[in-house]
Amino acid sequence: MPKKKNLNKILVIGSGPIIIGQAAEFDYAGSQACRSLKEEGLEVVLVNSNPATIMTDANIADRVYIEPLTVEFLTAIIEKERPDGLLATLGGQAGLNLAVQLAEKGVLEKYKVELLGTSLTAIKRAEDREMFKETMERIGEPIPESTIVEDVHSAIEFAKEIGYPLIVRPAYTLGGTGGGIVNNEEELIDVTLRGLKYSMIGQVLIERSIAGWKEIEYEVMRDGNDTCITICSMENFDPVGVHTGDSIVVAPTQTLTDHEYQLLRSASLKIIRALGIEGGCNVQFALDPQNQNYYVIEVNPRVSRSSALASKATGYPIAKVSVKIAIGYTLDEIVNAVTKKTKACFEPSVDYCVVKFPRWPFDKFVYADTTLGTQMKATGEVMSLDRSFEGAILKAVRSLEIGVNRLHMDKMDDWDNDKLKSRLAKINDERLFVIAEVLRRGLATVQEIADITKIDAWFIEKIKNITDMELRLKKSELNAKLLREAKTVGLADISISELTGVNVNEIREMRKQANILPVYKMVDTCAAEFEAMTPYYYSTFRGEVDEVEVTNRPKIIVLGSGPIRIGQGVEFDYCSVHSVWALREADIEAIIINNNPETVSTDFDISDKLYFEPLTTEDVLNIIDKENPDGVIVQFGGQTAINLAASLAAAGVKIYGTSVDNIDRAEDRERFDEMLTELNIPRPKGISVTNLDDAINGAAQIGYPVMVRPSYVLGGRAMEIVYNEEELRDYMSRAVKVTPDHPVLVDRYMQGTEVEVDAISDGVDVVIPGIMEHVERAGVHSGDSIAVYPPQTLPSKVIYTITDYTKRLALALDVRGLVNIQYVVADGKVYVIEVNPRSSRTVPFLSKVTDIKMVNVATRAALGSSLKAMGYYSGLVEPKPYVAVKAPVFSFAKMQDVDISLGPEMKSTGEVMGIDYHYARALYKAITGAGMNIPKNGCILFTVADKDKEEMKQLAKAFYELGFKLVATEGTAKALQSIGIDAEVVGKVHERSSDIIHMIKLGKIHMVVNTQAPGKHIAKDGFRIRRATVELGVPCLTSLDTAWEVMRVLSFMRDRRLVYSLALQDYVGGGDDLA
Amino acid sequence: MKGKLILQDGTTFRGQLLGNTSTTTEGEVVFNTGMTGYQEILTDPSYCRQIVTLTYPLIGNYGVAKQFNQSRKSFVAGLIIGELCEKPSSSSMEKTLADFLTEEKIPCLYDVDTRALTKKIRSAGTMKGVIVSEYTSQSAVDDMMALPVRKRVVEMVTTPVSYTLDAGANPLNVVTMDFGIKRNILDSLRKLNCRLTVVPAYTKAEEILALNPDGIFLSNGPGDPKDVPEIINEVKKLLDKRPIFGICLGHQIIALALGADTYKLKFGHRGSNQPVKCLETGKVAITSQNHGYAVDEKSLGELPVKVTHISLNDGTIEGVRHNTLPITSVQYHPEAAPGPNDSVHLFDQFIDHMRVFKNK
Repeated sequence: MPKKKNLNKILVIGSGPIIIGQAAEFDYAGSQACRSLKEEGLEVVLVNSNPATIMTDANIADRVYIEPLTVEFLTAIIEKERPDGLLATLGGQAGLNLAVQLAEKGVLEKYKVELLGTSLTAIKRAEDREMFKETMERIGEPIPESTIVEDVHSAIEFAKEIGYPLIVRPAYTLGGTGGGIVNNEEELIDVTLRGLKYSMIGQVLIERSIAGWKEIEYEVMRDGNDTCITICSMENFDPVGVHTGDSIVVAPTQTLTDHEYQLLRSASLKIIRALGIEGGCNVQFALDPQNQNYYVIEVNPRVSRSSALASKATGYPIAKVSVKIAIGYTLDEIVNAVTKKTKACFEPSVDYCVVKFPRWPFDKFVYADTTLGTQMKATGEVMSLDRSFEGAILKAVRSLEIGVNRLHMDKMDDWDNDKLKSRLAKINDERLFVIAEVLRRGLATVQEIADITKIDAWFIEKIKNITDMELRLKKSELNAKLLREAKTVGLADISISELTGVNVNEIREMRKQANILPVYKMVDTCAAEFEAMTPYYYSTFRGEVDEVEVTNRPKIIVLGSGPIRIGQGVEFDYCSVHSVWALREADIEAIIINNNPETVSTDFDISDKLYFEPLTTEDVLNIIDKENPDGVIVQFGGQTAINLAASLAAAGVKIYGTSVDNIDRAEDRERFDEMLTELNIPRPKGISVTNLDDAINGAAQIGYPVMVRPSYVLGGRAMEIVYNEEELRDYMSRAVKVTPDHPVLVDRYMQGTEVEVDAISDGVDVVIPGIMEHVERAGVHSGDSIAVYPPQTLPSKVIYTITDYTKRLALALDVRGLVNIQYVVADGKVYVIEVNPRSSRTVPFLSKVTDIKMVNVATRAALGSSLKAMGYYSGLVEPKPYVAVKAPVFSFAKMQDVDISLGPEMKSTGEVMGIDYHYARALYKAITGAGMNIPKNGCILFTVADKDKEEMKQLAKAFYELGFKLVATEGTAKALQSIGIDAEVVGKVHERSSDIIHMIKLGKIHMVVNTQAPGKHIAKDGFRIRRATVELGVPCLTSLDTAWEVMRVLSFMRDRRLVYSLALQDYVGGGDDLA
Repeated sequence: MKGKLILQDGTTFRGQLLGNTSTTTEGEVVFNTGMTGYQEILTDPSYCRQIVTLTYPLIGNYGVAKQFNQSRKSFVAGLIIGELCEKPSSSSMEKTLADFLTEEKIPCLYDVDTRALTKKIRSAGTMKGVIVSEYTSQSAVDDMMALPVRKRVVEMVTTPVSYTLDAGANPLNVVTMDFGIKRNILDSLRKLNCRLTVVPAYTKAEEILALNPDGIFLSNGPGDPKDVPEIINEVKKLLDKRPIFGICLGHQIIALALGADTYKLKFGHRGSNQPVKCLETGKVAITSQNHGYAVDEKSLGELPVKVTHISLNDGTIEGVRHNTLPITSVQYHPEAAPGPNDSVHLFDQFIDHMRVFKNK
C-alpha cells in the first residue's frame, strides 16, 4: 500500500515538558517522525511547549508552534493550519490524551483532520481498563483478576473477594502516577482516593498483585495490512512490582527458553491484532518463573520510553517506521535504514547484551522515599552494550555518574552484616549494590539472594562473577593475565586500581603493552547476517576483531551529556546535536560519545559515528586511541563533559574551545575571586570555610542572610539560605560534611533580581544573543525560575553594565565558544554570581527566540573561526519585538515526601516556553503550558511567613480587587484586616475539622500562596499543605514574585483573547503581529 | 583447553575447548542468528555434520531439558559460541548445556568472537572448517581439511525402521517420509489429529501408497537435495497420487521431482527472524529457517508450479504450490521450535487438502 494520497499537511503533537515518566525519548521519537514526514514530501506542523528539544527547532518542521498543549490552543492551531492528518502516537501519553480529547470534542471531525496510525477505537481499547479487559477475555489472553472502580466502597468489596496484596492503578496517567501496591484496607482506601483524583476519567483499576514474577516486555509493530513483527524483547532484572521505568532492564530476554519466548511473542502479536493498533506498541507480561503461566499486564498503544530503548538497543528506528505506517505504507515497503538493502519487515537479531539502568533524582531529593514500586521515580536512564551481561551492567553503572565505578557503594563499607542482609529485602535504588556487597562478604548464597529478592538466579550469578573477580584482584599480584581476565569481566581500570593499589595510569600502560584493548563492534539489527552501514558502535573486551573503519578525515569528538537528571536535562543533548551538525557542515567528521538511549544525539544518523559508551576518562580515551581525532569538544555536554576536560587534557588530548586552565579559573573559587578583583567586577561577599567556627565568624562578618553550600556542586545541591547563626549551625551539622578537602562556601545572600546571560566569544569579540531576567528574586535556583526574554524591568544602565561585564569576563577567561553568566541586580548594582564556561540550560530557548544558531556559531568559534567572519559583532544583539517566557515544570506528583517550595536547590525536571507579542500573554502561555491551572475566579488561600506579611498585603489586595475570595490562616488574616480586607479564617492543619487540608481536598480552594518560614525543618504544616496541593492538582505559588506575575497575567487577560497562536517561523520571520 | 577453528581459507578463530568432549571435528561452518533455542538447533537433524555458530553471545542461560529435543540425538559436528553459561537458571532445566554437549560428545569451542566469524562466512560464503586444540599440528589440520565433505547425510539421520504415531478418533492417515524430521513437525500434525506412519527416507513409492494414506508429508533434513536422486525418483511417482506437503528438504525434493532445479546459497538462511511474504495475501510472516539450498526460480519456467512465498531479505523462493494438484511446500519451518509460531496455519492447509481428497 503506497502513501495515502489525500495527505499533504500533517499535524504532529509533541509530549511537552520533561517530567518523570515522559522524558527525552519523545524528542527522539518526535524529531525522527518530523524528519520522516518531510522525507515523504509532506508539510509538517508541530506543536510542543518544550523549547529545549530538537523537535521544536524551526528546521525540523515547516511550522513550529511552541504553545501550551491544551485543547484550546490545539483547536486554534488546527483551525488556522487546517492539517489533513494528525499524528498523535509519538507525543507520549500527553500527546495521546490530547488527541483523544480533540476527537471527543469533535474538533477533528469539524476540521476534517484524519487521526493517522492507530485509530481512536484502538487507543481506547488499549487504554480504557474495561474495554481492554473485555478484549483480552475475548481473545483468551489472561489478565490478572481485576475490577474497575469509581469509588472507594467498590474497591473494598473487591478486596474482600480476592484478598491482598492488590495493585491500584489509575486509568490514563503517566508513569503510573498515583498508583501503588496495597496490603490492607487502610492502604487500599488511601491509594484508591489518590488514584481516582489522578485519573483523567475518574477510574481506578484494582487487580491481583503478581509481584515477584518475571516481567517481560515486547515491542511490537503492525501495519495496515495486518503484518505484525516484534522488534525487541526485554526482561526486567527486577521482578514485577517495580515500575519498568525504575527497573534495570536487559535486552534481549536472557532467562527465557525458546518455548517461553515464543509463547509471549505469539501473545503479543495476538494482542496487537485484537486491539487493531497500526504502528508501534509495547506489551508487558508477568511470567510465573515456576510454571510458564503468564498474565498480560499492560499495553501502550504508542511509541514509548521502551520503544526508544528498543530502537537504540537494536538499531531499528521504531518511530520512523511507525510514521511510515501511519501514512499508509506497509512494513514490506519500508527500507531497513540500517542495511539499506533489506526491508523494515523483519525482526532484529542482536549479538550483544543490552542493559538499561534508571537514573533516580534521590541525590537531589534527599528526603524523598527511595522505595521503588509501581510509581516511576527515575528522571532518566542510561543504556550500555557489551558481549556479556557483566560488561554491560558495569558500563551502565559507570554511565550513571553517581560516583560509582563498579557495583560498590563506599557507604556500605560501614554497614554491618546484619544491616546489609536486611537490606536485601528492601526494593530501592541501592539494591543491586546491596546484592553485590552481600556476595562480596559471602553473607548469602546466590539461591538465597534469589529467593529473597525474586531476581532470577542467572543475574545474581553474573553479579557474583564480578565480585569474585574483585576478590581475586584484591588477593593476587596484578599481572597481564589477571588484568586481561579482569577486563574481560568488564571492570574499569579505575576499579582495578582501587582493588589492587596499582596506579590507574600504570594499569593503562600495562594494558597497552600487553595489547589488552577493547574492540569496537557494530550495532546492525541483524547479528552480522547482512552488510550494514550504521556507524553505531560499542566496545567489548570479549572480541578479536574490530569493525571500526577509521578515516583520515579531519575529525572531532563531541562528548554528550549522559543521563537526564535534575540540573542536566535534554537541553544539553540539544547542544550536543547542534554541535555535531555544525561540525558536519564544516566537513569535519563528527563523532559523538553518549550513553542515553532516550536522546536525539544517540540516533545513529545524527553523527558520522556514534559510540554508545560510558562518559568516563578511560572509556573516552579508549575511543580516542582508536580514532585519533584532532580533538574533543566538551562545552556542550553539560557538567558531564566539562568534568572530563582536565583528565583528557592531561592525557594529551586537544580540547577545542575554552582551555582547561580557564575552565578551572571559572570553577575554582579562589582563582575566580582573583580574576574578579583584577577586573574590578563585584560579586556578593563570600568566603570559603573548612570548619564550623570559621563559618560562624565569616557569616557574622558578611551579614545574614547568607547562602551556604558545599564547594563542589551541581544544580545547587545542598544549597540553602540561612537567616541566623542557629540555622547555620544546624546546616553545618546536618547538610554537609565540612573538611579541609571539602570546604563550605558562605556567601552574602542578595535579595535582588537575577539575570542570566549566554554569550559566545572567539577570544576577540563577544556576542550576546540575549539577556534573560528572572521573575523570582535571587535565592530561587535559576533552573526553577521563570525567565523572561528580553528583560522587562531592567534599566538601560543595568543592561549596559551586564553587557560590559559579560564581555570582559568572556575575554578574561579567553572563552572560545559559549559562556553562561548569572548576575544579581540589587539596588541598581550588578553583581556576578557565577560563570559557567560552557553551554547552559537556556541555550536552546535563547537560540529559538533570537534566531541565532548559538551552538553552531560557538562550535565554529571553538574551532578557530572568527565571529566577525561569521557576521557577528561584539555586544548585545538588538532584542526582538516579542517576549518569550521560560517556565519550569516539576514532577512533584511522582515524588511524595518532596517539598515543593522553591529554593536554591533545583527541583524542576523540565521547562516550557510561552511566546507572544504581549508579555502577559507570553507568561500566561508559559504558566498554562507548565500545567498550572490558574483559576479565573474562586478562592485563594494565603498562608505566608512573617517576613513576607508586609509584601503579601498588597498582593492579596490586588487579587481581592480582581474578584477573588480570600482565605487565610489566622495571622495572615489579621494582617489583611489591617488594610481592610476581610479574609475567611481557616484553621491550621488539624486545628479543627475545617482545616486547610480538608478544604483543599473538598475543592474549596482554587489556588494557594504559601511562603516558607526560614529554617527548613520547622514548617511541617506548610509541607503538608503544599503536598496536598500537589496531590489534588491545585496551583501553589511558593514565591511572592511568581504570585505577583500571576496576578498581573490575570488582570491583563481579563479583556483580551487568551488563545492566540503563531508559529515560531512567524515570530522570527517578523511576520504577523496582529495580537 | 585452548582451541581454535580453522577455516578452509586459513582464517583462524581462537577460543576455549569444552573439556571431556572430542576435541577435534570437521564440517561445514554455518551460523544461526536466533537469540533463543540453542537446544532445538543442536537437536535439529538438518544440521547434521555441520559446525554450528550461534551469533547470540550468551548461550546456555536456561540449561537443557528433554522436552525441547527435536530428535533422538544431536547430529551437529560442533558448536561455536561466545559465552558458555556455567550457572544457568530455569525451572524447566534438567542439566547444563555443557553437560549435554559432553554427553552427546559434541565438540564445543567457546569464548569465540562469533561476530567476526559470522562476518567472515557472510562475505566469503559457507566453507569447511576444523575445530582442533591449540597445539594440533598443521599437518593434522591439513589432513582433516582434505577429507571430502560427507554427502548423503540423510542416511545418518533418517529413522532406520518405520513406526506409527497414533491419533484420536477418525484420524487422517499421513505417511511421513523422514529425511531427518523434527519432533515438533510430528507434534504439529498429531495435534491436528493425524495418524502418522513415519517411514525411512529410502522407502519406495509403492510401499507408501500401499499404506493408503490420506496424504504424504516430506520432512526437513540435512544436505544437498541432489545427493539423493533415488528419493526424488520415488517422490515423482507420488506426485499425482495424494496430497503432499513438504518442509525444507522436503520442499526442495518436491521441486526437483517436479522438474525444477536447486542451488546452493552463499551462506544460507538460518535464524528465527526471517521475513517471508505470502504472494497470495501480501502478508509477511516472520519465520524460522534453516537451509543452505534453495529452489531456482528460473528453473520453474513452464512447470505447472506457482511461487507462493518469497524471502523478503533476498527474494529467494520460500514456498511453491502446484497449479492443479494438491501439492504445497515451504522452505521454512512452520513448526517453529525454535522460532516464531506465525505460520502454523500451513498445516491446516495440508489438512484441508487431505479432507478434500478423502471426500472425493
